[in-house]
Amino acid sequence: MKNFLRIFLITSLVFGLSVKSNSAEKIEYLTTDWSFKGLFGKFDRGALQRGYQVYTEVCSSCHSMKYLSYRNLAEKGGPEFSIAEAKAIAASFEVTDGPNDDGEMFTRPGKLSDKFVMPYDNVKAAQAANGGAYPPDMSVLVKARGGGVDYIYSLLQGYEDPPIGMSLDDGVYYNKYMYGNKIKMANQLSDGLVEYGDGTSASVEQMSKDVTTFLMWAAEPHLESRHQMGFKAIVYLIILTILVYFSMKKIWSRIETEV
Amino acid sequence: MSDHEYTPKSKFGKWFNDRLPLLTLASHLTDYPTPKNLNYWWTFGGILTFCLITQIVTGLVLAMHYIAHADMAFDSVEHIMRNVNYGWLIRYIHANGASMFFLAVYIHIFRSLFYGSYKSPREIIWIIGIIIYLLMMAAAFLGYVLPWGQMSFWGATVITNLFSAIPLVGEGIVTWLWGGYSVDNPTLTRFFTLHYLIPFLILGLVVLHIWALHVPGNNNPVGIDIKKPSKDTVPFHPYIVIKDGFALLMFMIVFAFFVFYTPNILGHADNYIEANPLVTPAHIVPEWYLLPFYAILRSVPDKLLGVVAMLSAILILAALPWLDTSKIRSAVFRPLYRQFYWILVADVLILGYVGAMPAEGLYLLVARVATAYYFLHFLVVLPILGYKEKTLPVPLSITEPVLGGSPNLALAKNKENFKD
Repeated sequence: MKNFLRIFLITSLVFGLSVKSNSAEKIEYLTTDWSFKGLFGKFDRGALQRGYQVYTEVCSSCHSMKYLSYRNLAEKGGPEFSIAEAKAIAASFEVTDGPNDDGEMFTRPGKLSDKFVMPYDNVKAAQAANGGAYPPDMSVLVKARGGGVDYIYSLLQGYEDPPIGMSLDDGVYYNKYMYGNKIKMANQLSDGLVEYGDGTSASVEQMSKDVTTFLMWAAEPHLESRHQMGFKAIVYLIILTILVYFSMKKIWSRIETEV
Repeated sequence: MSDHEYTPKSKFGKWFNDRLPLLTLASHLTDYPTPKNLNYWWTFGGILTFCLITQIVTGLVLAMHYIAHADMAFDSVEHIMRNVNYGWLIRYIHANGASMFFLAVYIHIFRSLFYGSYKSPREIIWIIGIIIYLLMMAAAFLGYVLPWGQMSFWGATVITNLFSAIPLVGEGIVTWLWGGYSVDNPTLTRFFTLHYLIPFLILGLVVLHIWALHVPGNNNPVGIDIKKPSKDTVPFHPYIVIKDGFALLMFMIVFAFFVFYTPNILGHADNYIEANPLVTPAHIVPEWYLLPFYAILRSVPDKLLGVVAMLSAILILAALPWLDTSKIRSAVFRPLYRQFYWILVADVLILGYVGAMPAEGLYLLVARVATAYYFLHFLVVLPILGYKEKTLPVPLSITEPVLGGSPNLALAKNKENFKD
């Protein structure tokens, strides 16, 4: 048993090292009390719904979310809009469909099964409209950045005047959390930019938190069931381990050697 | 194995067993005499078998949903994560399973190094093990390419480019590997095919590995030959089965923690960005389990020599049974070797650390020293140590240290540390 603890310690040390080495250049990001962290972490429904609002009214004019469908908005573990609300949201978008029997493409109101409508027809069009920079797809953005949610949350609030002596080209902005501090996205959020239906005051901080929560859900739509299943699985394993431990002791007691 | 007599009780059993001795095999496996002083470091063989089967089963399911095409691979992985029932679970088990597999194999290898399990008469077990380890690295590398993220693409580019270091034919080999003039769709499809093939090769080699093990039987912490069966041994079932089972469950708790609570911590964020041949990531780093070799590769200024050094670092292990000249197996009775062993462990950990860092300045210097020491350990320290080292007296049987019958005080003290 003593040996086993030693194995445990050494392996956790090795992992600690390798994990630490992965995040080599650390900048202190802003953070907040994310409801989805921890063993029982869940999304805050209100934050997800507000975050969706910020995404649609602000981000979605440039950033696509190509892996999400409108049906996801009504699914368990997500913003959990009612089916009727999700249908209404979908119907508010024009979706290109076809070709029809005449061989023509046509537009129709969106359905639950449709993917989120893309702001641009293709990457080139997106680049042309944004000074050569492609606004990244936001479906897995949180997982695609080293700092995760804290990074996105900080970036949205990280716009400042550039330090003296730093000259910025047209269409380039200073952001203290961006890699290299130069970003082609202008500051998007300002206090009161959106009007929340639930009366929450739309400060920059609040909107950053809400939209980041929404992006986290978009990247990990099954996070809640993962946490719930994980807890059950680990409790089950621990109980089984204890039972097997005592069975082992009993079996080995037939011979004089210790296990 | 040959000394095993077994006659099935039932008439049908006897008829069947005379034609295909499966029952004899099953009886051999359950009765297999195992040293009773095996400690928990010996449970990783069973854990590794579990890892292999987990990877094969989850991999099969993933392959049903995955699309090996440069334009669709990334999308299909997201499809698995979002729309396939429990697809996220299967994929996270598979992705973290690779890390767990390597964690277990490194413990298994270093256990072997400590207790001299590679020495006569177990050289063939050891060499098969090294081949399995090489195939594991190949499988892991190929698998990491399949999601077709940025690290997949650039990792594949860097590693395949290593072959261009071969004089004259290098460039040709790289083009042949790629199936074109850059890493692209033909590369992805062949990587997928090979990634699917290799685990079954490993499975076959694991059977040989265990077969070869069952000829001389297990080594043990004392490292002496034992009579089997005798009072020094216990039958594999139920004694070792339950002990391996207990250790496996502990391992699964760690595994589950990674899968359910930090599924992406061992991966690189850049791999959630779809592969883009026009944008090179700031740092191209392999998965953690390949970092020590990556450090060796980068510590040599010449490309060809770097590749040679990296390959030698692995292949040198195959020569280990002959490089280690000591007749004593277990480090318990080799006071000097024991110290060098821990220096080697530290050396490999340091190599892993600098492998993740940019190859410049102090990091590069440390990597070079650590690389030099790695080879020094195998090529100089081990051969000399066998002649120079004053080893401790070895007990005659494993029951002797267990019962505390040794007259040697120092030995009795050591025994306290390694009894478990």
